[in-house]
Amino acid sequence: MERKNKTTGKVAGIVANLVIVDVSGPVAQNEICFIHLAHERLMAEVIKVVGNHAYVQVFESTRGLKVGSHVEFEGHMLEVTLGPGILSRNYDGLQNDLDKMEGVFLTRGEYTDPLNREVKWAFKPIAQKGDKVTAGDWLGEVSENGMPHKIMVPFKMEGRYEINWVIEAGNYVVDEVIAKITDDEGNEFPLTMVQRWPVKMAIRAYKNKPRPFRLLETGVRCIDTLNPITEGGTGFIPGPFGTGKTVLQHAISKQAEADIVIIAACGERANEVVEIFTEFPELDDPRTGKKLIERTTIIANTSNMPVAAREASVYTAMTLAEYYRSMGLRILLMADSTSRWAQALREMSNRLEELPGPDAFPMDLSAVISNFYSRAGYVYLNNGSTGSITFIGTVSPAGGNLKEPVTESTRKAARCFYGLSQARADSKRYPAIDPIDSYSKYLEYPEVQESLEKNVGSEWLGDVLKAKDVLLRGKEAMEQINILGDDSVPLSFHDRYWKSELIDFVILQQDAFDKIDCSTPMKRQKYMLSSVLKVADSEFTFKGFEEVSGFFKEVINYFKQMNYSEFESEQFKAHEKALQAFLKERMN
Amino acid sequence: MESQAFQKIYTKLTNITKATVTLKATGVGYEEMAVVYGRLAQVVKIIGDQITLQIFSGTEGIPTNAEVTFLGRPPQLKVSDQLGGRFFNAFGDPIDGGPEIEGEVRDIGSPSVNPVRRRQPSQLIATGIAGIDLNNSLVSGQKIPFFADPDQPYNQVMANVALRAKADKIILGGMGLTNDDYLYFKKVFENAGALDRIISFVNTTENPPVERLLVPDMALTAAEYFAVDKNESVLVLLTDMTLFADALSIVSNRMDQIPSKDSMPGSLYSDLARIYEKAVQFPSGGSITIIAVTTLSGGDITHAIPDNTGYITEGQLFLRRDSDIGKVIVDPFRSLSRLKQLVIGKQTRKDHPQVMNAAVRLYADAANAKTKLENGFDLTDYDERTLDFARSYSDKLLAIDVNVDTETMLEIAWDLFGKHFSKAEVGVKQEFTDMYWKG
Repeated sequence: MERKNKTTGKVAGIVANLVIVDVSGPVAQNEICFIHLAHERLMAEVIKVVGNHAYVQVFESTRGLKVGSHVEFEGHMLEVTLGPGILSRNYDGLQNDLDKMEGVFLTRGEYTDPLNREVKWAFKPIAQKGDKVTAGDWLGEVSENGMPHKIMVPFKMEGRYEINWVIEAGNYVVDEVIAKITDDEGNEFPLTMVQRWPVKMAIRAYKNKPRPFRLLETGVRCIDTLNPITEGGTGFIPGPFGTGKTVLQHAISKQAEADIVIIAACGERANEVVEIFTEFPELDDPRTGKKLIERTTIIANTSNMPVAAREASVYTAMTLAEYYRSMGLRILLMADSTSRWAQALREMSNRLEELPGPDAFPMDLSAVISNFYSRAGYVYLNNGSTGSITFIGTVSPAGGNLKEPVTESTRKAARCFYGLSQARADSKRYPAIDPIDSYSKYLEYPEVQESLEKNVGSEWLGDVLKAKDVLLRGKEAMEQINILGDDSVPLSFHDRYWKSELIDFVILQQDAFDKIDCSTPMKRQKYMLSSVLKVADSEFTFKGFEEVSGFFKEVINYFKQMNYSEFESEQFKAHEKALQAFLKERMN
Repeated sequence: MESQAFQKIYTKLTNITKATVTLKATGVGYEEMAVVYGRLAQVVKIIGDQITLQIFSGTEGIPTNAEVTFLGRPPQLKVSDQLGGRFFNAFGDPIDGGPEIEGEVRDIGSPSVNPVRRRQPSQLIATGIAGIDLNNSLVSGQKIPFFADPDQPYNQVMANVALRAKADKIILGGMGLTNDDYLYFKKVFENAGALDRIISFVNTTENPPVERLLVPDMALTAAEYFAVDKNESVLVLLTDMTLFADALSIVSNRMDQIPSKDSMPGSLYSDLARIYEKAVQFPSGGSITIIAVTTLSGGDITHAIPDNTGYITEGQLFLRRDSDIGKVIVDPFRSLSRLKQLVIGKQTRKDHPQVMNAAVRLYADAANAKTKLENGFDLTDYDERTLDFARSYSDKLLAIDVNVDTETMLEIAWDLFGKHFSKAEVGVKQEFTDMYWKG
């Protein structure tokens, strides 16, 4: 799309943040342009072209804009700047560094550099003169907050090149030329540590993308045990307001076994982002011993920030994730919430006067969502290393109704479904993930099953399925008890119900605010599940239904004390011993 | 009405609908204000030289040759300390018979606060109402609505909250207030002797509905002046946001936009968020707290207005009539303050979180016992005691006529625990029962 002369145009119409531009030359779909006001330049993106009218969505407020204003087209799509120094930054949806902006209020038309151009990075070459390279191949490495940050052949470079020269190890700023490469025709290209990439295009600098097969530990028991997500997997969390979406997302991002966490706060509450800003610099990363913020990047486009940039924010986040994946790292990408992104699409589609689909969402909503989710995944890079993007999005279904278009479309794209239930939230059973409606398609993958058997244990899969059965039978028993009354059902119904309660209280419910209980490693999850199942498999004799609930409440209490104790500590063992003694009394 | 020298006057309208007019004009800025036939209007659409104006007070009687002048500015408000104690209409003009305000002119609907410049809210706002202070504590910089049916006394509760909260300024944004409610607010504020720290922007049911759209921005522009320029803590009351949303849907309907759920415009979430997100704790110490009212129809929170509101605000307060005690209470189950954990047990007594949870849990047991009773099952002794407890709890703590400090609320709760239950049934940490148990 690059051109010698910039296309220019004049504003011909304005409806909120949709502006119609009369153009004098070629323009491309999704091309970026700047509208010139008196003292400001407003960034906008082409979303439709009719004749010589380009329809652009402006990423800022259009207040005071007049017909006739000058517009310059940039000859490229919305791009992000990629290079060392992205980690622990706070960006807006267009990758402006929010900390670099002056003043308390956001100023219209202020765009800041996402990278620090003065900091020197300790560069170590990986490739050498004479190497044949293609886009995405590693030229060298710098250490970014202790993470190996690879400097790569820019993704935009098509074809094969030969390295002419690589700079020697040393400290350089990002704009230093660190390598020179030539193509077949002998044209030389100097390369720096910085490159740019359009956010709406997927980065495909990898060899292949297999089906995900390895478990991604999140430390959240009702995910890891019942419906595990994989490295490179996709999942989504729909839930009405007040069911703990955000707490769950924060827990996953704190604990998951990823090298880098990217959080896209897309159209949500500003105070929730402030919570991340305040907490993450304080929290220790259990795996590196450093602070959590050092391996985290936050894209904050809160609900009161311009709507068009909200749409861009999820793409910006995904592109940053793809960049780091190409370095052979494991990325966890969280987007809260994709419904707000869909609403941004709806607002624009509405202004474009497109014929609407269900609930006035654009007809291609489903395709847009699937396409986005498909950018996640586990990959083998050209040099044989692996990298992954695990993507978990939240969905805020209107009226808590899971049949609405965004939830439905996402269900088709994501492989894991963690439905938050209002009833569970109301009874303070957190995390409120519904154990029966939720699912993970990965459990059905033979390669995942194989990996689980190898890494967790041969009996693991059987135990998980058994636990699911106990939960389901318990739910059925409860329904009968509710209809017929406590004393009109056989005792076995109570037994069945309380065994499912046992799993619910000990395995599913987890205290996100307790230091120990908040995160459970796989080894501990396995131990606890098999302990609980032992009780569930046992037969007990009771005289009446009141005895059943009393007995199981005690058992649950012992197990909960175990959950609150350090694994295999004296305290843990003491509670376990007490539990065994208590069980023995009752055992047949 | 304002007028400027050498203004161009247009006199040819090409299109008139119930809320908008269209004419040919040039050099007009988007969202610019205009005067059409003596009525205020705002530019909502520009296509070439066709300018569409939204007339706030409606287009009744406007002829095609009406005079139109453009003011070259967005809607504005004059801000200064003179605002204190005054009543204004949706355009910021005084309606209390007092003089015009002198002060700095500010555009309303200013940009958002940079999220990295916000501070985490941390100051407890005491209201004296235990259903709020004990169970759903408010924090400065928070935004929270009352979800209430139209017949509930939400305006009275809000006026109480406003007067008891130790805010430097209270700003009332009244949208579609009945004249009676407007006079009620006026009287309550005057009687409280706190009039100089209260500012009101009022659109009553006697005014055209579309004017309401300006009220929140007017109120919040004044709020930002006091919170940013004067570092004051400002409490903004917005009642009733449902009527505000209804006005949005009227305008979008007139502009032929495709409605989404419940006939609301597709941009409802963003429109509401733009207002509620003005609640903020500034780094310099000032803060804006928003307490709003969203009226429900028959308690239905899945309707687009409360639903979108719930996703934006930091919790919600539910009012409900408790037929057992004949009083309106703050429903402990459906109410929620998302920010309470930032202050309870920290700025209040240490036993606060545990006492709160225990009381709500016992109240829930009472609800179960009640269901049992209604279904004809036998009650146990424990059930009977929870029912007794629930009645006293509702009467002495949840009712909206309670006005005591938080420490007294905790003492009342301990009294009730001791009277109806054993320590084990209450299940509060031993260190607290040792200190406070009243056997």
